[in-house]
Amino acid sequence: MLYILKKIKFKDILDIEEMKIPKGKITCIVGESGSGKTTLLRMLNDLTSSDSGEILYDGKPIKNMDSVSLRRNAVMLPQTPAIFSGTVRENLLIGLKFSQKPMVSDEELLKAMELVKLTKSLEDDADLLSGGEKQRLAIARVMVMDPEVLLLDEPSSALDEETERIVINSIVEYTRKNKKTMVMVTHSKKIALEFADEIIEIKKKNLTIPERSLK
Amino acid sequence: MNGVIDLQLWQMAASYIFIAILLLIVKARGISREKEIIISSVRMTLQLIITGYVLIFLFDNANPYLTLLVIAVMEAFAINNVYKRTKMDLGKRLKKIIAFSMLSGTLLSLVYFLLIVVRINPWYDPRYFIPIAGMLVGNSMTGISLGVTKLVENMYTQRHIVESALMLGASPKAAAKEIVDGAFDSAILPTINSMVGMGIVFLPGMMTGQILSGTSPVTAIEYQIAIMLGILGSVALTVILFVQMGYKTFFNERDQLIVTSPLKKNGS
Repeated sequence: MLYILKKIKFKDILDIEEMKIPKGKITCIVGESGSGKTTLLRMLNDLTSSDSGEILYDGKPIKNMDSVSLRRNAVMLPQTPAIFSGTVRENLLIGLKFSQKPMVSDEELLKAMELVKLTKSLEDDADLLSGGEKQRLAIARVMVMDPEVLLLDEPSSALDEETERIVINSIVEYTRKNKKTMVMVTHSKKIALEFADEIIEIKKKNLTIPERSLK
Repeated sequence: MNGVIDLQLWQMAASYIFIAILLLIVKARGISREKEIIISSVRMTLQLIITGYVLIFLFDNANPYLTLLVIAVMEAFAINNVYKRTKMDLGKRLKKIIAFSMLSGTLLSLVYFLLIVVRINPWYDPRYFIPIAGMLVGNSMTGISLGVTKLVENMYTQRHIVESALMLGASPKAAAKEIVDGAFDSAILPTINSMVGMGIVFLPGMMTGQILSGTSPVTAIEYQIAIMLGILGSVALTVILFVQMGYKTFFNERDQLIVTSPLKKNGS
C-alpha cells in the first residue's frame, strides 16, 4: 500500500475510519460535490493536515516526513490549474525548476504535449490558451516532472467529452507503462469505472467505503 | 548678510489664503472634503509649532538620553503608522516582523550615515541626529507600508498560484518568490523614481530648506545627495528584511499555505 489513512477527521468534512491506496495502481475517488474529495487529495499531498488521525506514505507517517520532498514524489494537479506568466515552454519546465530536477529537452516537452493532445508552439504565451488548453498544459507539466505518484483533481473538468477520454486515456497509459501510482478525483463515475483499478467513494460527512476492487 | 527673510506673523497668516481658496473650490463643486481640509491644516499648524518648540528645547539641551528618546518615539509612531496605513488584518507575527525590520533597517542605516558619512560629533548631536533620523524613518515607513500591502494582498489574491507551486514540489521560498520580489520592487520604486526627477522636476525639501536658510547650494546639494542615498539604503534594507521574513508567516511548519482574507478586520 502506498497510502494508509487511519481515523482521519477534518472539520465536519471528512471522517475516515481507514482507507488504503495501493501502489502502482490507478485509484479513482468519487463522491458528490462537497464530500471532501479535494480535501482528501490535498492531504495526500500534505497541503492540508487532518485534525486528527494518521496518514502513512510508504509505511512512514507523513507528519514525520519533509513535506516538500513528499510533494516532489507525489505531485498534485489542482482542479483549476495555475498558469504561470510566460511561455508554454516555461510553464512546462517550471515544475522541474520548483522541484529542483534537471531540465529536459524540447523533444521531451513536445512528447508530453502530444500525450495530452496540446498542439501549441513552445513559444506561445501560456496565458492566451483556452481553459481546456491550460488544463492540458498543466497535465503535461506534471508528466514532464515524471513523479512517482500523480494526484489529479478533476483533471478533465474543462474538457469536452471526447478530449476528456483521449487525455485521461493517455495519462492512464502513461501511468501503467511507467508503473506509477495515480489517484484521481473525478465527478464522472463513467470515467472511474472505465479506467480505475480501485474506486473509493466518499459520502458526505460519512465513512468512506471502497466501492470496488478490480484486478 | 545672507538676508534670511524672517516671516512675520501676518505673512504666515497670508499663506492660509491657499486653504481658503481650496475650501471655496470644494464647496462650489460640492466635494465634501471641507472637514478634512480644515482638520489637516489645523493639525499641521499645531504639530509644527509644537515640533518647533520641542526642537529648540532639544537643541539647547543636547543630551544622549533625550536624543534616544526622540528616536524611540519616532520609531514607535512610524511602526504604529504602518499598522494603521495598511488597513489590513496583519496578525501578531507579521506585526513583530514589521517592527523588527523598521528598527533594524533604519537604525543600522542611521548609525552608518551619521557616524561614517557625516561624522557628527558628539554622536547624539540633535541638530543632525533628529532631522536625519526623521527622513530615514519616514521614508522607510512609506516604503515598508507599500511592501506590506503588496505582500499581504498578493499572498491572498495569488494564493492559488502559490499553492500550485507547492503542489509541484516548490519550497515556500520558491513558491512565494515572485510575490516577494514584487513587494520589494513596489516598495523601493517611489524612492528610485524620486531620485530620477530630483533637481530637475523638483527641488527636494531638505535642500530647499537649507538654501532658504542661507546655506550655499553646493553644501545643500552635497547633503541632499548623501541623504538620498541614505534614504534609499534605509528603505531597501528595511523592506528586504521585511519581505524575507514576512513571507514565512504565510506558511506553517508543514510548509502549507495559510492565508485568510486580509480585508476582514477581526482584531487578531
